[in-house]
Amino acid sequence: MKVLVAVKRVVDYNVKVRVKADGTGVETANVKMSMNPFDEIGVEEAVRLKEAGKATEVIAVSLGPTQCQETIRTALAMGADRGIHVQTDVELQPLAVAKLLKAVVDKEQPQICILGKQAIDDDANQTGQMLAALAGWPQATFASKLVINDDGSANVTREVDGGLETVTVKMPFVLTTDLRLNEPRYASLPNIMKAKKKPIDTLTPEQLGVDAAPRLKTLKVAEPAKRQAGIKVKSVAELVDKLRNEAKVI
Amino acid sequence: MSVLVIAEHDNAKLNPATLHAVTAAQKIGGELHILVAGSNAAAVADEAAKVGGVAKVLLADDAAYANRLPENLAKLLVDLAGNYSHLVATATATGKNVMPRTAALLDVQQISDISGVESADTFVRPIYAGNAMATVQSGDKVKVITVRATAFDAAPASGGSAAVEKLAGAGDTGLSTFVGQELAKSERPELTSARVVVSGGRGMQNGDNFKLLDSLADKLNAAVGASRAAVDAGFVPNTYQVGQTGKIVAPELYIAVGISGAIQHLAGMKDSKVIVAINKDEDAPIFQVADYGLVADLFQAVPELTNELSK
Ligand SMILES: Cc1cc2nc3c(=O)[nH]c(=O)nc-3n(C[C@H](O)[C@H](O)[C@H](O)COP(=O)(O)OP(=O)(O)OC[C@H]3O[C@@H](n4cnc5c(N)ncnc54)[C@H](O)[C@@H]3O)c2cc1C
Ligand SMILES: Cc1cc2nc3c(=O)[nH]c(=O)nc-3n(C[C@H](O)[C@H](O)[C@H](O)COP(=O)(O)OP(=O)(O)OC[C@H]3O[C@@H](n4cnc5c(N)ncnc54)[C@H](O)[C@@H]3O)c2cc1C
Repeated sequence: MKVLVAVKRVVDYNVKVRVKADGTGVETANVKMSMNPFDEIGVEEAVRLKEAGKATEVIAVSLGPTQCQETIRTALAMGADRGIHVQTDVELQPLAVAKLLKAVVDKEQPQICILGKQAIDDDANQTGQMLAALAGWPQATFASKLVINDDGSANVTREVDGGLETVTVKMPFVLTTDLRLNEPRYASLPNIMKAKKKPIDTLTPEQLGVDAAPRLKTLKVAEPAKRQAGIKVKSVAELVDKLRNEAKVI
Repeated sequence: MSVLVIAEHDNAKLNPATLHAVTAAQKIGGELHILVAGSNAAAVADEAAKVGGVAKVLLADDAAYANRLPENLAKLLVDLAGNYSHLVATATATGKNVMPRTAALLDVQQISDISGVESADTFVRPIYAGNAMATVQSGDKVKVITVRATAFDAAPASGGSAAVEKLAGAGDTGLSTFVGQELAKSERPELTSARVVVSGGRGMQNGDNFKLLDSLADKLNAAVGASRAAVDAGFVPNTYQVGQTGKIVAPELYIAVGISGAIQHLAGMKDSKVIVAINKDEDAPIFQVADYGLVADLFQAVPELTNELSK
């Protein structure tokens, strides 16, 4: 069984992004980029499936500019077997990403596709659901536990607003990862070296026959409203007094 | 132009989160309908019919919708989409699950988690954990939208008298089945709609110590939340997590206890009206967004605060 994992290159989660002065986007030049944290969880889950003898091959896919290959190398160092890079410099929106991934799925025929529940840059939380729709597959989103059953189905525990929920999905299916699915490993130095020799195929949207043009037009990107700096109170009594008589919230 | 709002419910009651989507839909304009897809959910449809400003309620009552399975719901929405210019849901776990699937089936690019409506095709949405606000325009034939509940007031739950129209279901895709759920039980107000939220972080040290926050929350009729660190450490269930990848809250009063104030946490609470931070580290970033900061050991300050409020 092949498992395909999508890995997105995003601004590192420790970076506080700044809006560009001309309002066209955020500053990404010279900013530290990393694999989307939810995708690290995805790679970890896929590699664990392989280690448990459930998966035969783990393929890491990233879509975007040349530098996405670094993100794929990270996945390979964590244990993925090979990579696919869909090279494009156009702004990819989730629907386009899903269409491109669908084309890769048609070629590779994996039984499970693992994506992050959301990318921490655009926070769209769409791509996995869209891929499942286009492929006509079930979707198990926001997963905190995955159990593969003997009959080729899987039980997935999902984090929902009220607690946890379990669904059974038939293979092939899409899984999107939530934070508590697993704790991703760090790649060891020998594995980072080994990853350099693993193959990465490069494809283009044209080769895959997909129109990846954006549908949403970004008119502007602005700073959010700033909060006024507050004060430090000296005691609990002063705090309660302020809340009662100044803020009037209690 | 008509707008369809997808109701969130548990087959018995309408989830108040829906009322925020109704307000967003009203800002878009046009005739407003609510879809209640559920199983034995007539009571929900009756409740939806009373919501102010709603012209019609569609009730699709079918066992296939009993547990909000996205494969079945998206199929129904695709069938209905031809009659609408906009499909709108609140960005809850269910909305986030169903709407992108629907959008892809309709070949449209969803607009996620909007916090503002500029016009029928232009919307504002936070990106990068709320550190930037993007204004985006959609040229798609149907706009599929999820709404950030805290950015829109709740529509009045009563005052309307819409007609309820019954629809046939669109069938069961058989792609997935519901096994069960473990809902976290709480006597407290719901986190995303509470007027006051008291949240604890890693500084709480263990789950038992959250009792200190429970006592404080009792005094304020507050919900209790947590940082990711506290949830990951197993102090409290996942339903407590506030933040970029947890729940977004904007109460009148947010009290952060033993929380450092990471960007990802701030993303979930910085639109609260008044923020209080209790932290022993005077340089903790949480103080940069707090209206009232108290540099203190929480194990002294929280019981003292609870006492002070009893006076
Ligand atoms: C104002 C603005 C300007 C932007 N400008 C650019 C730009 O110039 N260039 C640019 O590249 N992007 C740009 N983006 C980001 C781009 O729009 C998003 O990457 C796209 O919308 C996908 O959304 P998402 O990643 O949040 O999807 P989500 O649905 O949140 O992503 C979920 C998962 O999908 C998978 N996934 C998503 N995208 C990829 C990918 N590319 N490769 C592999 N897996 C993936 C991952 O597993 C990820 O965890 C911009 C966004 C905005 C808002
Ligand atoms: C992909 C991703 C998504 C994330 N999503 C979220 C999210 O949705 N929500 C979220 O919250 N985080 C999220 N995080 C995690 C976030 O980056 C921080 O790690 C987390 O918020 C830290 O939690 P904390 O403030 O409780 O812990 P810490 O940062 O460890 O802070 C603990 C604080 O408690 C104080 N303290 C300790 N003891 C006492 C005492 N006795 N009295 C008073 N103060 C005390 C300390 O001074 C410190 O400031 C995410 C991270 C990633 C990578």
